[in-house]
Amino acid sequence: MSDVSHEGVHRHPAPTGFIRKYIFSVDHKVIGIQYIMLALAAVAVGMTMSLLMRLNLSWPGTHWPILETLFPTGAPGGIMTPEFYLSLVTMHGTIMVFFVLTTAPQGGFGNYFLPIQIGAEDMAFPTLNMLSFWVTFVGFIVILLAIFVEGNQRLGEMFSALGPSFAGGSGTVGPIGGWTGYAPLSALGKIAGPGQGAGMNLWVISIAIFCVGSLLGALNFITTLLNMRTKGMSLMRMPLTCWAWFTTAVLALLSFPVLLGGGILLLLDRIAGTSFFIPSGLYVSGVLSGSNPNFPLHTGGSPILWQHLFWFFGHPEVYIAILPGMGATSHILATFARKPVFGYRAMVFAIFAIGLLGFFVWGHHMFISGMSPYSAIAFSVLTLSIGVPSAVKTFNWLGTLWGARIRFTTAMLFAIGFVSLFVAGGITGLILGQSSLDLPMHDTYIVPAHFHLVMGVASIFGMFAALYFWFPKMFGRFMNETIGKLHFWITFIGVYAIFVPMHIMGIVGMPRRYASFAEYRFLDTLHPLVVLVSVAAVVTIFAQVIFYFNVFWSIFKGKKVTNDNPWEATTLEWTTATPPPHDNFAGVLPTVYHGPYEFAVPGAPNDYVMQTDVGAEVPSGNGHNGHKH
Amino acid sequence: MGRVLAVIIWIITLLSVLLFVSGKWWFPAPISEHAPALDRQFLITIVVVGIAFTAAQVGLGWMVWKYRDTGSSTGDRAIYSHGSNRLEVVWTVITAIIFIGLGVMGQSVWASLRLHDAPPGSYTVEVVAQQFQWNFHYAGKDGKFGRTDPKFIDDGTLNFVGLDSSDPSAADDSVTASLAIPVNRPVELRLRSKDVIHNFWVPQLRFKQDLVPGMEIKVHFTANKVGKYELACAELCGQLHFKMRSYMLVLPEEEIQALQALPQEQFQARLQELVNKYPLPTYQ
Repeated sequence: MSDVSHEGVHRHPAPTGFIRKYIFSVDHKVIGIQYIMLALAAVAVGMTMSLLMRLNLSWPGTHWPILETLFPTGAPGGIMTPEFYLSLVTMHGTIMVFFVLTTAPQGGFGNYFLPIQIGAEDMAFPTLNMLSFWVTFVGFIVILLAIFVEGNQRLGEMFSALGPSFAGGSGTVGPIGGWTGYAPLSALGKIAGPGQGAGMNLWVISIAIFCVGSLLGALNFITTLLNMRTKGMSLMRMPLTCWAWFTTAVLALLSFPVLLGGGILLLLDRIAGTSFFIPSGLYVSGVLSGSNPNFPLHTGGSPILWQHLFWFFGHPEVYIAILPGMGATSHILATFARKPVFGYRAMVFAIFAIGLLGFFVWGHHMFISGMSPYSAIAFSVLTLSIGVPSAVKTFNWLGTLWGARIRFTTAMLFAIGFVSLFVAGGITGLILGQSSLDLPMHDTYIVPAHFHLVMGVASIFGMFAALYFWFPKMFGRFMNETIGKLHFWITFIGVYAIFVPMHIMGIVGMPRRYASFAEYRFLDTLHPLVVLVSVAAVVTIFAQVIFYFNVFWSIFKGKKVTNDNPWEATTLEWTTATPPPHDNFAGVLPTVYHGPYEFAVPGAPNDYVMQTDVGAEVPSGNGHNGHKH
Repeated sequence: MGRVLAVIIWIITLLSVLLFVSGKWWFPAPISEHAPALDRQFLITIVVVGIAFTAAQVGLGWMVWKYRDTGSSTGDRAIYSHGSNRLEVVWTVITAIIFIGLGVMGQSVWASLRLHDAPPGSYTVEVVAQQFQWNFHYAGKDGKFGRTDPKFIDDGTLNFVGLDSSDPSAADDSVTASLAIPVNRPVELRLRSKDVIHNFWVPQLRFKQDLVPGMEIKVHFTANKVGKYELACAELCGQLHFKMRSYMLVLPEEEIQALQALPQEQFQARLQELVNKYPLPTYQ
């Protein structure tokens, strides 16, 4: 299969008009940049929300005039209400998980570089690719709408014309439910409190739209990788980035439909009076289900069903977020270590093992949910076994650095930072994965500490590394390395200062998703840490302003690239023009002769052998060089 | 650059470990019989976690220190190696034994708490949570819970749990806003919710359990220290989730017997006196 190039099928002429070229483009490179821009916009919103949350937690009751101007009902007198805080929690999580961690790593970098790295002219289905971005974009607009419909009285009233469940304007910036939207709180509607009307409807609709976009993307990635590899690009000659994007696409294909189904059922419970997640006999805000038109009769639903559906998607989602970062880290570590990836084959198996096991551990989110205690034992042991392929990856990254000649570019710093953070965040999975230890740890701050480090920050570090690394190929200019390194140092130290103390808060027992800790004396002792975390967060967020400046300044004013392979790398994206032409290789698809990471080959004239170097002699190594089929 | 990065990684590692071993912040002192076993399992796990974390970070720092490109000679190259199958097998097997071993070890505490019913003679309380309030339902003198049904729930007349007044065994029942349980005797809680999911969380007991509408979930434990403890909701339940606080009183057996014999109003008044009498534990 890998020898088939499908000439003529995917070739489409370069568009000339602005709209077809930059807006409704079918070029995977433009679409990739669109996804990255979407993620940059979304992360700005999500990060601002985390800033507001930290301000409220460490300096409660402080008057913030800007809040009063922007949200007169959510922050009367400039002081945040608890419902405003909780809607920030929900929207921060939703925007970050879906519109940042699922878009940039896969839709962004995967879209841009997967076809080039396997030597294809474009994705298999370019129009579908365009659709998947624009569907995702609509999802983002809908989630932003939730902010304004709940935050703005007038807009909220306009929406209530759609039906009673659509009433908004409760002074929040979205629903209250966390990114997990547990039913029946998320299913009951306006009667369950502020944010549960229009905000929750738009939240569910946005996620359902997002699922469709991701599904379209996943189909495209899988087809492209399986069918469109160029001559000589056998599976085991693919860069590890491609393995990661491929596995991610398979995870997305199998998990997003489940969330889509769950989301539709939840929406039906909310607007059509069904009872998938709502049991009988509920008594909410003084009203018995069925006794009053504000609260119709519900009967026979299961709140735990929602949790199963959500986490059957939600746990693979964690790997959807981080696998591309792992791929980018392996790729960048090898390039700047000037060494082949240690244990390429083991790395491929580990990616697969993580992806596969990722489907059998969702129940570890539900140890205390009331599900069978026997299934908890199975979920617990399976969860700890997922640490094994994760550790294998870490050992192999260290093995890659062993005996290296490391060049400390900004991209390399972030890749090394990824390894450090992946270990720091992942290792506490050994605690949370044990059903017995989850009894005290569940829903305390150790949980956000764990998943922010590993799926949040480590994934983002993978993306930072990817952006500094590939930016010159994408835009023909380098990002500024001095600013980049400053960005790295502040962010690396900052994220540790934010998230390590949160583990301690969890041990003491501080519950997450609390708008204030004032009610509880056992939490008083943690106040200095709460303030420390907030200060670290403010500094770290400020460092991201430097990053944004670097990105946009460098697009127009960065140092120009004078060489198509500035990092002396080996894979196909560095064999083509900068930026690559519309069909990637100017009409001549490359032929591949070597594995992806042939650095420091003894006897070779340079310390790197590109995959297309026809004359180079490469020892057969440890069976790592894939064989042509 | 390599040396700076190595030193920073090492300093972060040292400070992180110090934060954990400082002893300034830790679990509140336990008050349940299963807690020491759970705390021991936590300690074993966190020592393994700490060693693995430190080893990986120190190793990573050492790699970036030692193998930085010094540019000393232009022909100087990295080691050409694609890995070692033997090493892959060794570290896969070792981590598998440690990780899965930890997981299996942890099951004994879980099994003792969750795979068995409460022992006979346990003191039983029905817990009914609702948006931002806890209700604790006691059987009274006859030891039998009066029948409850959602259709009788009326927050307006303070029938928070929906007691059926036509049931004779309901006459001596009491419903309170604080939880009172006996010391050194197994306690069974029957957890229900009227509206959304809540979670029962007393840090000193070392367990959490969701209260799920439409389900009755039973948990059991034995508290072994008399006193007053804060009880929190640990599952996001809406606007005032953070204010859904109550107290759990662990009382001598005779105090519980005396309470149980009182009619509802006196039960409530006496319990309130006891809540006011006992101080919270002192937290460092």
